[in-house]
Amino acid sequence: MSPAPPGRGAHVRAPPGRVGRLVLGLLLAALLAALAFAPFLFPGTRAMATASRIAIFVVLAASYDVLLGYAGIVSFAHTMFFGIGAYGVAIALARFTPGWGALVLGAAAGIGLSMLLAALIALLSLRVRAIFFSMLSLAVASVALTLASQLRDLTGGEDGLTFSVPAALSPGFRLLAHPVLGVRLDGRLLTYYLIFLVALGLFLFLLRVVNAPFGRVLQAIRENEFRAEALGYRVVLYRSLASAIAAGVAASAGVLMALLLRYNGPATTMSFAIMVDLLLMVVIGGMGTLYGAALGAALMVLAQYYLESLLQALAEAAAGLPLLAALFDPDRWLLWLGLIFVLIVYFFPAGLAGSLRLRAGEE
Amino acid sequence: MTPAPPALESEGLGIRFGGQVAVDDVSCAFHPGTLTAIVGPNGAGKTTYFNLLSGQLRASAGEVRLDGVTITRLPPSRRSRLGLGRAFQLTNLFPTLTVLENVRLAVQARAGIGLDVFSRAARLRALIERAHAVLAQVRLQTRAAVPAVALSHGDQRKLDIAILLALEPSVFLFDEPTAGMSVDEAPVVLDLIEQIKAARRATILLVEHKMDVVRRLADRVIVLHQGRLVADGAPEDVVASALVQEAYLGRQAGRG
Repeated sequence: MSPAPPGRGAHVRAPPGRVGRLVLGLLLAALLAALAFAPFLFPGTRAMATASRIAIFVVLAASYDVLLGYAGIVSFAHTMFFGIGAYGVAIALARFTPGWGALVLGAAAGIGLSMLLAALIALLSLRVRAIFFSMLSLAVASVALTLASQLRDLTGGEDGLTFSVPAALSPGFRLLAHPVLGVRLDGRLLTYYLIFLVALGLFLFLLRVVNAPFGRVLQAIRENEFRAEALGYRVVLYRSLASAIAAGVAASAGVLMALLLRYNGPATTMSFAIMVDLLLMVVIGGMGTLYGAALGAALMVLAQYYLESLLQALAEAAAGLPLLAALFDPDRWLLWLGLIFVLIVYFFPAGLAGSLRLRAGEE
Repeated sequence: MTPAPPALESEGLGIRFGGQVAVDDVSCAFHPGTLTAIVGPNGAGKTTYFNLLSGQLRASAGEVRLDGVTITRLPPSRRSRLGLGRAFQLTNLFPTLTVLENVRLAVQARAGIGLDVFSRAARLRALIERAHAVLAQVRLQTRAAVPAVALSHGDQRKLDIAILLALEPSVFLFDEPTAGMSVDEAPVVLDLIEQIKAARRATILLVEHKMDVVRRLADRVIVLHQGRLVADGAPEDVVASALVQEAYLGRQAGRG
């Protein structure tokens, strides 16, 4: 009943920061350019693997943001769908003749199963209360992880499945005999661009979804479920659809992951460690913007790949100073990663993208 | 009163919470073109009765009918789509979305395009223009770009009514629409309700404490007391009755 507290009102009323938006736009443009030209800008297997992972995790984090940031539901089963997509491809390519037919079949099966399962979890739990969705998703994800490690005949158990991809995507394939701009046009390159283009398409699709009338309804439900229902929106239906869309995209990201690694196992795509990473990506980047999820994913993957080497360099530079050298020991990279996260969450409570959008207006 | 069939009816409607009967056997019909005020002391079951009509609560006894169709078991979203519009006693908005977006969501609900995944919401001109028009009706057009949470309390109540107007319901349920509003703000809302009434198509139900508002707007007054319907009639007659004096107006006089 009481009017909005003035402090909060003033904060929200601040005009969106132009500088912040510009910085955000530049960061995103840089990310897109870096990914689009990664094979030419950053040659080398490790750089390519990093770029592929970033593209995949941008999609995975963005699809998770549709749930967390737009629909306001906390799911612990998102990596399960990532895993189901990857297993779909892995099983199809390992069991049948590796070719485009098997790939498409496996991908379709994985994506279809994910969407069905997501809708089912949503329909069963959201009729009661949103918190049960979290609990049920956790339970289902645990079961799926156990099944993935136990059903050895189907999934390869803990060892996972190694498989061959269609010839054009295998490392030995040569499109042209001669390198172009110093880069060999081989199967690795084709795989990278397949991943990049599919990821880009999926990200644009998600942007479309959240900016469509459907996405607005999701935001309304997140803000005030009760009123959204009173306006005539079937809350359970909207949340179930959001959940199915997010699961389908996560499974598609899983398909890309399987293609990248030519291997899939429980620890690669289904583990709860990835689930935690995913939560961090979305929270650090900023919930409810999609762009934030993209930045968060890029930052997180880069840190996982390069923080250790950065510390190595720092430790060598500080070799003479006993305390610093010990602090920068490469083995402590996880400690530094944790510290960076704490600082980001402290200084950017709305996440990177969220804070950049508001910033300049407040100061 | 009116020969037209009732737009909204309750028959033997009741609900109990544990052993407590909150609304007990209320039968009443509401006709198009009329405004019925529902009065009664706090805790008489007025808001609970509204919740049963609009579906936020499920009745444990009796029936609700909208245009002759039984809606007792339907969820609020279905009732809303059938033309039953509800404004809430406690301000009930989408706080961090803009004022325009709050109304646009209602316009969009009315147009039935929520499941559209492929259009750009920001480009649906007709919806946005309609939302602006509704905002102008409640004189909030200059606040369109402000988040709902940043509005003053009175403006939030106006926005709440704008959302209801945007739904274009055939039955309006207003739950103390001027509660907590300043002397300047209340008339705007009352004028709006009067305008809706003047069109003579809508069926309006109004829970209201202020007797001057009831006298000004109502064609008919019903009194709820301890969950039961205890009086029903023209405003002059009901307000004069001894029972109402005791159950309701005594307290009102004490309040000031």
